[in-house]
Amino acid sequence: MFLKNNKNNSLFNNINNLDYIEGRSLFDDAKRRFLLNKAAMISLLLLTLIVLFSFIGPFFSQWTNEEIDWNALGNISTLGKPSISTGHFFGTDELGRDLYSRVLQGSQISLMVGFVGALIAVVVGTIYGTIAGYFGGKVDSIMMRIVDVLMSIPYMFVLIILMVIFERSVILLFIGIGLISWLDMARIVRGQTLSLKNKEFIEASIAIGVKNYIIIVKHIVPNLLGIVAVYATLLIPGMIITESFISFLGLGVQEPLTSWGALISEGARTMQYGTLWQLLFPLSFFIVSLFCFYFIGDGLRDALDPKDR
Amino acid sequence: MIYFIIRRLAVSIPTLLILIILSFILMYSAPGGPFTSERPLPPQVLANIQAKYGLDDPLWKQIWDYTYGIIFNFDFGPSFRYKDRSVNDIIAQGFPVTLTYGTWSFIVAVFFGCSLGIIAAIRQNSWLDYFAVGVSIGAQVLPNFVLAPILVLVFTLLLGWLPGGGWNGGQWQCIVMPVIALSTSYMASIARLMRSSMLEVLNSNFIRTAKAKGLPVKLIIFRHALKPSLLPVISYLGPAFVGMITGSVVIDLYFSTGGIGLHFVNGALNRDYSTIMGITILVGILTITFNLIVDILYAWIDPKIRY
Amino acid sequence: MKIMKKLIYIIFATSFFLGSLANAAGTHPKTGEALNNDQTFVYWALDEHSSLDPQIVEDVSGSDIIRNLFEGLMNQDADGNLIPGVALGFSTNEAKNVYTFNLRKNAKWSNGDTVTAHDFVYAWQRAVDPVTASPYSWFMEIMSIENGAEIISGDKTPSELGVKALDDFTLEVKLSASLPYFANMVTHATTFPTHKNTVETHGSNWTRPENMVSNGAYKLTEHVINEKVVYERNPMYWDNNNTILEKVTSLVINSEDQGLTRYLAGELDKGPVPAGQFKRLKKEYPDQAVSFPRLCNYYYTFNLSESGIQAFKNVRIRKAMSYAIDRNIITENVLGAGQIPAYTFTPGATAGFEVPDVDYAKMSQTERDAKAKELMNSTIYGPDNPLKFTMIYNTSEGHKKIAIAMTQMWKQKLGIEVELNNMEWKTFLDIRGKQDFEIARGAWCGDYNEASTFLDLLTTPSGYNDGKYSNKMVDKLMSEAKTSDDANPNYTKIEKMLAEEMPVIPIYHYAGVFMLNPTLKGWPFDNVEQNWYAKDLYKVAK
Repeated sequence: MFLKNNKNNSLFNNINNLDYIEGRSLFDDAKRRFLLNKAAMISLLLLTLIVLFSFIGPFFSQWTNEEIDWNALGNISTLGKPSISTGHFFGTDELGRDLYSRVLQGSQISLMVGFVGALIAVVVGTIYGTIAGYFGGKVDSIMMRIVDVLMSIPYMFVLIILMVIFERSVILLFIGIGLISWLDMARIVRGQTLSLKNKEFIEASIAIGVKNYIIIVKHIVPNLLGIVAVYATLLIPGMIITESFISFLGLGVQEPLTSWGALISEGARTMQYGTLWQLLFPLSFFIVSLFCFYFIGDGLRDALDPKDR
Repeated sequence: MIYFIIRRLAVSIPTLLILIILSFILMYSAPGGPFTSERPLPPQVLANIQAKYGLDDPLWKQIWDYTYGIIFNFDFGPSFRYKDRSVNDIIAQGFPVTLTYGTWSFIVAVFFGCSLGIIAAIRQNSWLDYFAVGVSIGAQVLPNFVLAPILVLVFTLLLGWLPGGGWNGGQWQCIVMPVIALSTSYMASIARLMRSSMLEVLNSNFIRTAKAKGLPVKLIIFRHALKPSLLPVISYLGPAFVGMITGSVVIDLYFSTGGIGLHFVNGALNRDYSTIMGITILVGILTITFNLIVDILYAWIDPKIRY
Repeated sequence: MKIMKKLIYIIFATSFFLGSLANAAGTHPKTGEALNNDQTFVYWALDEHSSLDPQIVEDVSGSDIIRNLFEGLMNQDADGNLIPGVALGFSTNEAKNVYTFNLRKNAKWSNGDTVTAHDFVYAWQRAVDPVTASPYSWFMEIMSIENGAEIISGDKTPSELGVKALDDFTLEVKLSASLPYFANMVTHATTFPTHKNTVETHGSNWTRPENMVSNGAYKLTEHVINEKVVYERNPMYWDNNNTILEKVTSLVINSEDQGLTRYLAGELDKGPVPAGQFKRLKKEYPDQAVSFPRLCNYYYTFNLSESGIQAFKNVRIRKAMSYAIDRNIITENVLGAGQIPAYTFTPGATAGFEVPDVDYAKMSQTERDAKAKELMNSTIYGPDNPLKFTMIYNTSEGHKKIAIAMTQMWKQKLGIEVELNNMEWKTFLDIRGKQDFEIARGAWCGDYNEASTFLDLLTTPSGYNDGKYSNKMVDKLMSEAKTSDDANPNYTKIEKMLAEEMPVIPIYHYAGVFMLNPTLKGWPFDNVEQNWYAKDLYKVAK
């Protein structure tokens, strides 16, 4: 009754060579779902292109990011326009400096700020929030009161004092941004944890005797990742804007270095004076990156949601 | 629950005290003082001024006097920069302004944000989803220091419909543009949080049961799905509301509304210690209160949450 | 026919009547111009003022308001010359250290009380009283009134101040040193009278609109912090009949660009010109954009004290850096609003000051650049050993642009590498005041219209000399100048010495720049101190 055909023959031959078949983990499923999400993949591609452009683009620029074009100075609205002939592909800023190289250099700084800030927020905020939410009671109370105090402290003074202590550096910028970025995330994560820890599967894990930290790492955190991913991508543009405020105070990025936030605020000031390109170029980069981050965040959430079919 | 609230209120007093002490120390550590100026004051004059404002007392005594003054006299002290005004005056004038346009912005942002988020979630991955998300992102994309001058250019210079700034005691024409500029910053965040958490809820078993039972969509959303999906949104809204009220510096700057956001930043830059402390305490009280309200709402939303 | 005629008459009469209504505001008594029906003036203020108490105010926007609410002994006319205020005139003795002011008898406070010499005595004593703790008591000190300095330091009581009311309408002031220009100083807000009864009844609340009693052409009617100040005609003012503007409003708008937008939208009569926009605005609105010289300078100071860097102790490096700056590019291309390139520390617009011939001012920029390179090459620094230092300035768009232009000029011409460092105001003052810098931005506006207000800064004992420049010759020449009849030769010598030693790099002298509604007339453009009085302004019919 055992029919002899090719399929059975090959199966028969393979039985002796059976290797352990790799199982498919839940993260693999998530990865596959993410890769199928068109909007997220396009965004990832676009974002990678922007990052590459910001590092390779400067090789094509004819001006450095700090050189003043003395000819254009004083007549920016006429002589500072974007053009291939003068070498100012994106035009010049108010002082006659090449906007193309400035936007690219600004991209490097802003993207770094965004990533590092989001990373600190995600790591510190998630750990802090899950511990507070999971253990509850006094631990939660103390941890959350600390968050309350940190949220209310005049942030500007912390920055000013940091500036005095550390002089200035871009590293300091990251510290400053990291200090506030995790607070909101911690609160959101704590809220979700409070809700999650009462679910039946957690109850079951505790009943079996699984250790607390394993529950947190293996059960709670993966279920939080969706919201965390969404919120992290919401944080990034906020951080880029905060960075421009910090540099305005004299901390962080100093002239001639610049960032998207600084370029956009300068462009916004001069938009009624006939130099719209000063606003449009940095703003477009910012907006495109923003959209990319959002779609990636949504893609991550959709991919990581175990119930989404 | 009542015990929880009482316990929380009891804890908030030491929290505020720690906030006051930390802020005092931070303020004094920053270089410069309220009377550092381009024309440095002759030493005797400086000594006179510092004696008048009690700035020559040791730090602990200043903190003590200050806290005492607040608890028993509700007096936040004189402003060091605006010599004709006390901090009570400044807060009494600025806080209602910020509260008014902050609350309106909040209502607008929540209404539109939640609606767009819910629509996007119901019709996930359809063009309606992308449209709703796109609209809310489009509203947030322009940072408010770009949006504010654009609004003034369009509505005041070009069309002449609205005054370019000022507050005029709360005239509605002066509220419109600040509300637009402020609410758009939050709309996208609310919409996306709403969408993602609503999606998670919509995929759960009890919703599947409801659908199987044949309940109409509206009933499913509003009676069953809305409450659980509000959890992360509310976590965000608590600090966001406080942030909207106190962090609206850009709005105050561009629309000359006289709110406390700008007072605070100017106070910090001018080292106006008493104004800074006054507003910090205000922010602290608001933060504690709203975080408490958010925690209470958690318990209402998810009956399993117990403190 | 008859009906037609009647109609025509009626139409004529009505239009005559309406026409006269349109001109009901009348004409200006002196110039005969037709006046506008709307005599209100709305002007822009960058920041909220510090106080409306004359003895406590310390900023320009506050002084502007106080000058309209109160009146001092003397006023200034449109050219900056002294004219009678509350005082009809004054006389002084040979030694110029006793001044006697004769007050008019019809000057009244807004509540009907007469303004007397006792009000001035009260105000001036209050200004030096340590209890008042006035941030401007140093101004009273430079006025050199007898015992002023001692009262401020607490060694004597305020009643010992060298000012006395000989009778209700005669004020006698005794000075501890001879000051020929003393009378110029009584136009300043700190010397304005205050109403004793009001101050003592209401304490620090006396400056509220409902409590304030003032003696100027206007009365305070509304004040919302960070939003606006409104003041209206004071009918009790002795010269009220000549006041034309009914109501003046000052709007606080923290952003220059917003201020310009609202000016163009018609909400302001006087608005700001953001840096770099003057040329364009002058082209589009030629009769509204104005620019005129002002009594302020802008410079960068080297730190010449112990904590400064070695390179800056070398005069050749300092001169090279100063020569390499193309001041014309800064004033015409970066600022472009009529500012004047500066080769001396004192602005040329200062009364009685003759701008001395300083040699590097006479060279062309190419010559200066060549000289700069030559000087630089004679030192150890050059393209293979670039000079490096940090340059600090306080946060502002305008300062940033100038600093960037300067560093680029130095980099291209002399190979210098500068690290720019901008700080918010208080931190900047703190750091500069402690000599914790290498080269820092500075600016100075004259307290009175005479060169010593600038040059005093560079003397050794000056508390404002943050670069710690010290030259005994300069100190000697300055103290001689105080008592001499013609101080100009000394000033010229000092400026020449400054050009030789270059302790500071003068960049430009200020120009007053703003947008002004062309129907507003009477603005004192020739007054370099910009002491304007709303009672001298009026609006003409369009």
